[in-house]
Amino acid sequence: MPDLAAFERLVGIVGAVGDDAVVTTHHRGRRAEIQVRPDVIGETLERLRSQGYTHLMSLHALDYYPDEPRFGVLYELLSYEHQDRVAVKVRVPLSAPRVPSVTPKWPTASFQEREAFDMFGIVFEGHPDMRRILLPEDYLGHPQRRDFPIGGEPILFTGNEQRNPGWWK
Amino acid sequence: MSSDDDKRDGPVPEDGSAASADREHDSDASTTERERGARVADETSATTPSASTPGQPDEGGGRSTSADPEGASTGAPTATALKEREEDWETIAKRYRADEATIDFSSQLGAVATQDETELLTINMGPHHPATHGVLRLLTTLEGEVIRDVKPIIGYLHTGIEKTAEDKAYWKAIPVVERMDYLAYYFNAMAYCGAVEDLLGVEVPKRAQYLRVIHLELNRIMSHLVWLGTTMLDLGAISILWYAFRERETVLDLFEYSSGQRMHTRYFQIGGVADDIPAGWADKLQRFLDEMPTRLDQYEAMLSKNEIILQRLKDVGVLDAESLQAWGVSGPLLRAAGVPWDLRKAQPYSSYDDFDFKIPVGTVGDNYDRYAVRIAEMRESVKIIQQALDGLPEGPVITGDRKVALPPRHELATSMEALIHHFKLVTEGMRVPEGESYYPIEGPRGELGCFVRSDGSSKPARVHMRDPSFVNLQAFGDMARGEYIADMIATLACLDPLLGGIDR
Repeated sequence: MPDLAAFERLVGIVGAVGDDAVVTTHHRGRRAEIQVRPDVIGETLERLRSQGYTHLMSLHALDYYPDEPRFGVLYELLSYEHQDRVAVKVRVPLSAPRVPSVTPKWPTASFQEREAFDMFGIVFEGHPDMRRILLPEDYLGHPQRRDFPIGGEPILFTGNEQRNPGWWK
Repeated sequence: MSSDDDKRDGPVPEDGSAASADREHDSDASTTERERGARVADETSATTPSASTPGQPDEGGGRSTSADPEGASTGAPTATALKEREEDWETIAKRYRADEATIDFSSQLGAVATQDETELLTINMGPHHPATHGVLRLLTTLEGEVIRDVKPIIGYLHTGIEKTAEDKAYWKAIPVVERMDYLAYYFNAMAYCGAVEDLLGVEVPKRAQYLRVIHLELNRIMSHLVWLGTTMLDLGAISILWYAFRERETVLDLFEYSSGQRMHTRYFQIGGVADDIPAGWADKLQRFLDEMPTRLDQYEAMLSKNEIILQRLKDVGVLDAESLQAWGVSGPLLRAAGVPWDLRKAQPYSSYDDFDFKIPVGTVGDNYDRYAVRIAEMRESVKIIQQALDGLPEGPVITGDRKVALPPRHELATSMEALIHHFKLVTEGMRVPEGESYYPIEGPRGELGCFVRSDGSSKPARVHMRDPSFVNLQAFGDMARGEYIADMIATLACLDPLLGGIDR
């Protein structure tokens, strides 16, 4: 985690992207986090890259149910140079869960954005291959959402079928 | 092969073995079929001299070492036909050899397949394929034998562990989290416990940190041993598997001795470790530490000078450090490409800064470097364990914070407060202050990070594992493209993907 002065400098650099680009910041314990508007995420990561944070180590999605904006996407950046980490967060509402994809610039995000889409239904616009990755293609719903029921997965054994399924047609 | 070529013209006795006796009968056999069968026997006899002759299926029943009546009764004309055929074979073989010699395998991989026509073939490998180290499906596009594209398709082992963990109290989530990367259970537990300890602000006692280091490094050795055995098995070296698994069993015995389980031990707790090491464990560990460097020497004697292994590994699956870093690859794969990045050094956790060890790095980033780096890492792990064992401090093995760790058994009989704490912890679990934490550690396959979000309740609101296998697998296409399909298997093995960790 960068110290407070370095962190404020980074926030200043990111904030220069545009008005209200930085929504809020968090600097406590081992964690330094900048929350930005979803539409400037690509530019934010590029600016941090120019500051030495050249590695996108991880991308997590999370659900703040019942708060709004509901979904969060976290980008964990790492700098080999400073041996330091900074996290960037964006929040998107349930009504429009869309975040610009960073995969074209950071190839490592490819699988991780697909996983976030798979589990939370967050669509990463501009991703070259926005499909489910871990769950079957025909799966309904996004199970890591907090309101997705546990045990709500129906299992249809052939013995329980009421009518001819006709899947071979 | 070349030694066989000069024997083609006629029957040449070979070591006076049973096979040579057969060949003499065959040279004046009646049919050309018979002669071809003998040649097959001749070729195979180079590797298995005694078993080759009776094993050929199309040679009839008369081909035993005793006198062959059919062979003795054959006439001269067929022999000339045989000779002509022999010359045909010679010219065909010569032409073939000449063709073969013009192929530059190193630089013209594409040209081999495209000289006549370009035809792409898409074949599906897996999900049930032994060389994929789990249920990984590879959609490969081939041009001849050359990989033009490969797409990993995953998800066959998805068990929803992250969702399950959200429904468990913090300390009850450890066993499920451990089962993600099933060869690195101590690492999974360490990353998860570290993230929760971060949120709680709990200090882990020094002895617990050292015990964690000992178990983590034993786990690293164990994981690399499984990797070594299975990878070399993919390359055709079978015996190393048994040796590697023999040492792995020793490590698993140590785990069983200290925690009661061979795998998925749940030894790490939030705030420390479950229990102190039992009496005699240190001696057992010391015996293992004394033995392991010799064992590694033996593995290297078997593999590092093995012509076949070297040809299969060297300059195969090369990917430069920049591309690897763009794909987010970490761990031994990245170090093999020459980047000395190791979280144990760069951002030390659990007292790793107390120990003196080196970070092995490769130069080229081919499969051989990946092999060499992992072998060297095992040696360094042995060194770390030795230092941790020698310097193992006295003291408690779990934090004294009763809100986090269970009170010791003897307190329950005398202290009401301890009983209440015990009851609260077992029924509800600990409450963790609101917040988010990402705790990265150096796993055997790279950066293993655990992200935990707490909403203030006794269950985690989100547990996400940044699994190195999952991220590293993205680079596989770049590594395998332009290689032969057999080398793709070797590259995949050297990537060391673990499907339990990938699919979670």
